[in-house]
Amino acid sequence: MAELAAVVGIGQTRYKTRRTDVSIAGLLREAVDRALADADVTFDDIDAVIIGKAPDMFEGVVMPESYLADALGAMGKPMLRVHTAGSVGGSTAIVAASHVQSGTFKRVLTVTFEKQSESNAMWALSTPQPFSVHLNAGAGGYFAPIIREYIRRSGAPGDIGIKVAVKDRRHGARNPLAHLQLPDITEQEVRDSMMLWDPLRFLEACPSSDGACAMVIAAEDSITGSKPPAWIRGVAMRSEPTMYAGREEVNPQAGRDCAADVYAQAGITNPRKDLDCAEIYVPFSWYEPMWLENLGFAPEGEGWKLTQEGATSLDAGGDIPWNCSGGVLCSNPIGASGMIRFAEAARQVRGDAGAHQVEGARLAMGHAYGGGAQFFAMWIVGADKG
Amino acid sequence: MSEPQADVTVVKSPVYLKYRFTAGSAPARFLGRLKEGVLTGQRCPRCSNVYIPARGSCPACGVPTEKEVVLSDKGTVQSFTIVSIPIPGNPIEPPYIVANIVPDGANISFIHLLSECVNEEVHIGQRVQALWKPAAEWGYSMDNIRYFRPLDEPDVAVDRIGKLPVTGLES
Amino acid sequence: MREIAVVAYSQSPCVADAGATNEVELIMPQLQAVYSQLGLASAQDVDFVCSGSCDYLQGAAFAFVAGVDALGAVPPIKESHVEMDAAWALYEAILKIRMGHADSALIYGFGKSSPGELPIVLSQRLDPYYLAPLWLDTVSLAALQARLLLEQGLLTEHDMAAVVARSRHNALANPLAQLAGEFSVEELLAEEHFVAPLRRADCSPVSDGAAAMVIATVEQARAWGAPYARITGIDHRIENHNPCLRDLTDSVSTRQAAAAAGVHRGPVDVAEVYAPFSHQEILLSRALELAPETLVNPGGGVLAGNLMMASGLARVGEVFRRIINGEAGRGVAHATSGPCLQHNLVAVLEGA
Repeated sequence: MAELAAVVGIGQTRYKTRRTDVSIAGLLREAVDRALADADVTFDDIDAVIIGKAPDMFEGVVMPESYLADALGAMGKPMLRVHTAGSVGGSTAIVAASHVQSGTFKRVLTVTFEKQSESNAMWALSTPQPFSVHLNAGAGGYFAPIIREYIRRSGAPGDIGIKVAVKDRRHGARNPLAHLQLPDITEQEVRDSMMLWDPLRFLEACPSSDGACAMVIAAEDSITGSKPPAWIRGVAMRSEPTMYAGREEVNPQAGRDCAADVYAQAGITNPRKDLDCAEIYVPFSWYEPMWLENLGFAPEGEGWKLTQEGATSLDAGGDIPWNCSGGVLCSNPIGASGMIRFAEAARQVRGDAGAHQVEGARLAMGHAYGGGAQFFAMWIVGADKG
Repeated sequence: MSEPQADVTVVKSPVYLKYRFTAGSAPARFLGRLKEGVLTGQRCPRCSNVYIPARGSCPACGVPTEKEVVLSDKGTVQSFTIVSIPIPGNPIEPPYIVANIVPDGANISFIHLLSECVNEEVHIGQRVQALWKPAAEWGYSMDNIRYFRPLDEPDVAVDRIGKLPVTGLES
Repeated sequence: MREIAVVAYSQSPCVADAGATNEVELIMPQLQAVYSQLGLASAQDVDFVCSGSCDYLQGAAFAFVAGVDALGAVPPIKESHVEMDAAWALYEAILKIRMGHADSALIYGFGKSSPGELPIVLSQRLDPYYLAPLWLDTVSLAALQARLLLEQGLLTEHDMAAVVARSRHNALANPLAQLAGEFSVEELLAEEHFVAPLRRADCSPVSDGAAAMVIATVEQARAWGAPYARITGIDHRIENHNPCLRDLTDSVSTRQAAAAAGVHRGPVDVAEVYAPFSHQEILLSRALELAPETLVNPGGGVLAGNLMMASGLARVGEVFRRIINGEAGRGVAHATSGPCLQHNLVAVLEGA
């Protein structure tokens, strides 16, 4: 019933710790102008603007889309602001796509961003609330115990996280937009880096970045630009509560259900075989083997084996490269991180991923998650309409 | 003519907003008992699971929870991390252990400090008990518990964590 | 395009301070109310859930995450959130149904503004480099707008007081209202200015509360057997947030949204207009080109109680109630967001 839609334009900023050379609006325009140029359209060709970001407190601006409407060419158009925690970049792309897939609009602009340097994200996440004990240990403090439980359960060797950290940084060295540029990183360096949240070391965690990512999504009869469109073959979102008795935190059901939904839409029965590559939200190294299992690329307890044998590495010629762009481990403008995954999946099937292109990629997955690994957003894009 | 000035790249504009927080009805009852040195949870009328700290609903069933139950201050380590990074606004000096602890009688963990232990020996399934501050210092806060410390009891099997009755291992 | 209808709606009373009640405790009674109107057990019985809220009202990041605890989201559900009034959550849900990924949706909005100073909090919604550091609060901005309308002879303080008097009177019959009573225009005009030319009564109160709604395809609505009102048009448009860069005496975006939603394709029996300040009700009624016989804000509107982040959805809900009660055949609901009516949504509802 849904109308066919495709990504016809992609624009990203260079990701960096502090972009003091641009305002928030300037940062967004950098991505937006590139996306419009990529699609060979102007603001006049855009019917609606869909914007997403993580909590407003990250920049200290209340509902910043109000002020940004002007810079995003939204005057006289519908503008929607999505916020679903860390998955927001993905869910914003999905909400943007629904503007076209519902048959309501022909062409929309979507953009997500974070300019963490304008405030302090760690502070915004850890504001001491009355009544609660001062234990907030940042996102790593929340996820490290879950990772510990994964290691216990799966019996994975202790160096799997180190391998992921090295692999994604080597991938990132192929991507000139990536924040961390560490082409010569070694496993020893990662092993020697400071233990932040045991078992997570400094080099196994994502950086904090400024950046924005934008896409133009168009209906089948409104395709523009000289590059091939990336057809949206499936979209899915799932949510579950942060805590409930018996909750499976290592392998959340919301992630499994979301993946099953999006695979069914795209006709995927074996993700490792059917997909050519995937951009998966991995902010801490160990989440690669955990998500390999959660998303059905490997049986439960065996995700780490794919990492170990190089199956997810572009450099090792793996059969299912994950995060060829360098992933969240190289660049993490939180609100945009999910959309970058979605956009990078689209770049792959458009054959436009530059030095981190997977040869002949025709079907790719974009993935984002947020909150206490409780909000999930996924899409499948293809070179073919399906 | 004045000298050409360097580009302005940063302007400081501090945001000061005052809020008068309220905890919520269910958390307020929880905090009231905490001030008396008692840990309480709420039982879901549908699935019977006990939640701490209660927020007035069962997140799984989406129904209001009204029935308070008293919990033990003994519990089990569900998982943990050793934090080595200083966190803005957090007064505790690293390295320290943050653990997910399920108190006996509850079906869900909360996060608290674990101390008086050898960091390398802490493990999943370990039995622990609260060390309370002197009663004179008790307020409406989980800070009433200074930290949890190991208990000389046998470990709890992983599949039993979060399922112990309020009487703990004795039953 | 699939025909979509509102099938259930509930709103909490508007109260100045909900006291100790937290997000979950605010939302849950409204969810239970819409479930019971349809015989549903939980959010598991609809295909999609979307909510609207704003972290800065309570001053805590991720306020909406706590809201999920009210839903019974085990097994996991299809769910989304907008950092906007829940009227825009309704819009997102409509798109989801139109594309065939859902046949029904639960929408809710909640706001607890009492912990902070709402007009000051919202001053930080302005351009962070030029305007936010001036701490221009929302009441002062609205006063600038009212001044323009008065100076240009587009309305009088008497007209504004008449809007307030009618709101207070209408609210007498609305058990959810926060402010109600019989006041004469003269009595209201005898009050001192608050932020000139606005008097306190010209400004909506700050309220705590929540609202919830269920929408569905007409087929699903019939299957549930509950009375429903069809959403025959919905559109929203935004303008520049900077009050110096647009004509504050008109609402161009409301006109655009109204035209696109098809407001003028038939008579409008009732209009629920989200006007947080008295002069804005007059301005918006003109922008919507409402006929003199149209009933405007028959429950008192937001001047009688304003649930930030839920009031827009509540306008749609109020029109739905009038239609299924047989008081109206066709109605218009309007929602607004941003300084001086920056962003406006218009929906048209019609009887089954």
